Amino acid sequence: MRPMIAVAAAGVCRRYGRRWALTDVSFELPEGALAMVTGRNGSGKTTLLRVLATAIRADRGTVSVLGHDARRDPETVRRNVALLGHRTHLYEPLTALENLAIAARFLRMDARRPALLVRLEQVGLARRADDAVQTFSAGMRQRLALARVLQQEPRIALLDEPYGHLDAPGSLLVDGVLQALKARGATVLMATHLLQRGRALCDRALVLEEGRLVFAGAPASMPEPEGAGAPGAEGP
Amino acid sequence: MRDVLVALRKDLLLQWRGRAQVVAIFTFGAATLLLFSLAIGPDSASLRQHAAGFLWLGLLLASTLSLAEGFEREMEEQALEGLLLLPASARALYFGKAIANCAQLALLGAALVPVTVVLYDAGTTRLLPLGGVILLGTAGLSAPGTLYSAMTAQTRGRHTLLPLLLFPLVVPVLLAAVKATSLLILGDPMGQLRPWASLLAAFAVLHWALGGLLFARVVED
Repeated sequence: MRPMIAVAAAGVCRRYGRRWALTDVSFELPEGALAMVTGRNGSGKTTLLRVLATAIRADRGTVSVLGHDARRDPETVRRNVALLGHRTHLYEPLTALENLAIAARFLRMDARRPALLVRLEQVGLARRADDAVQTFSAGMRQRLALARVLQQEPRIALLDEPYGHLDAPGSLLVDGVLQALKARGATVLMATHLLQRGRALCDRALVLEEGRLVFAGAPASMPEPEGAGAPGAEGP
Repeated sequence: MRDVLVALRKDLLLQWRGRAQVVAIFTFGAATLLLFSLAIGPDSASLRQHAAGFLWLGLLLASTLSLAEGFEREMEEQALEGLLLLPASARALYFGKAIANCAQLALLGAALVPVTVVLYDAGTTRLLPLGGVILLGTAGLSAPGTLYSAMTAQTRGRHTLLPLLLFPLVVPVLLAAVKATSLLILGDPMGQLRPWASLLAAFAVLHWALGGLLFARVVED
């Protein structure tokens, strides 16, 4: 039996002002896939993830998530998708615990301290649970944002540069999170410049160039985007 | 309803964490009242005559600071977008924030009353009706204020744009609030307070209904 299509994009275009950030992007991801999208800076990776997450709308084309049209039924799409973006979606003056508690209440999940501490332990932040986010380093914010993605228990996780700002243990933590998401059947699409890491972890790859999808297939046969994956950029 | 309470709790917590800013906004409002009183001069009858108008102008000017501040926290790390993607209802987020803004403005208004009494010799013993007028007036300011602060939060000139958009829209609220407050301070021999308060309530209801309807269009792409 063929696996269900988790994410399908057909002819997706998106522009900012007069500049097209995405042009006619079409692909499908089966449920349970662990995929990477790569390309040079400004190639449209972030825009693609934001369109799939319904944070922004496609100007043309259709996006379907688990069979639900993103334009017609964004609520259902959002219930199944979690986005780790460039911005953390966190309230800076609030503590790590308070940020998770707000999300938990909206998600109608357990917002009590022990349940939230479990999430923070997963990302190594339990000791800083009661500290305001504005006192955190960029890496710690990234970990907390990741904890919020995990909190949503998504069927589809869209991760934009999940290794950004992270030290070596943090990068290993992301590896673990990706494997755990895959193990429980979630579909993951991550934007990354870390080609070696992506090739080792992912079973599918997409390559964008100036907003156009130029490759979709197995990571092993993926062309090396010019200027991507600079030596030394990939940690342990 | 549950989501409105969750959003309200979040906004009250954010306001509590930014309480130093509230003190600064109160000081700004009090300074405005002081400057207006200096502009009128020492004529106590004149001061008393204009007290209600200046109280509401002080509150209106101070409100633009607090309203803009509320949405800056939402935009810093796109926290509002994060909630919308959970998904939280845009309407619930609007009402939560508007209620929190209304509470903050009502407290600010209540805190500015003693300042007005001292500077303008404009006391009243009818504290309960005065509280009601302040609540209705701040409700009429906070609903469109929340909507417009969301609209302007991502623009460059937001601190200029917010009052430019907001002030024309709240003129009816301001007029009704000033008239009702004046009647409480100067006396109400013709029993006009109730119709002015009703008008104020009608504007507040209209603004809250429109805000609830339009907010999703403002914050969604």
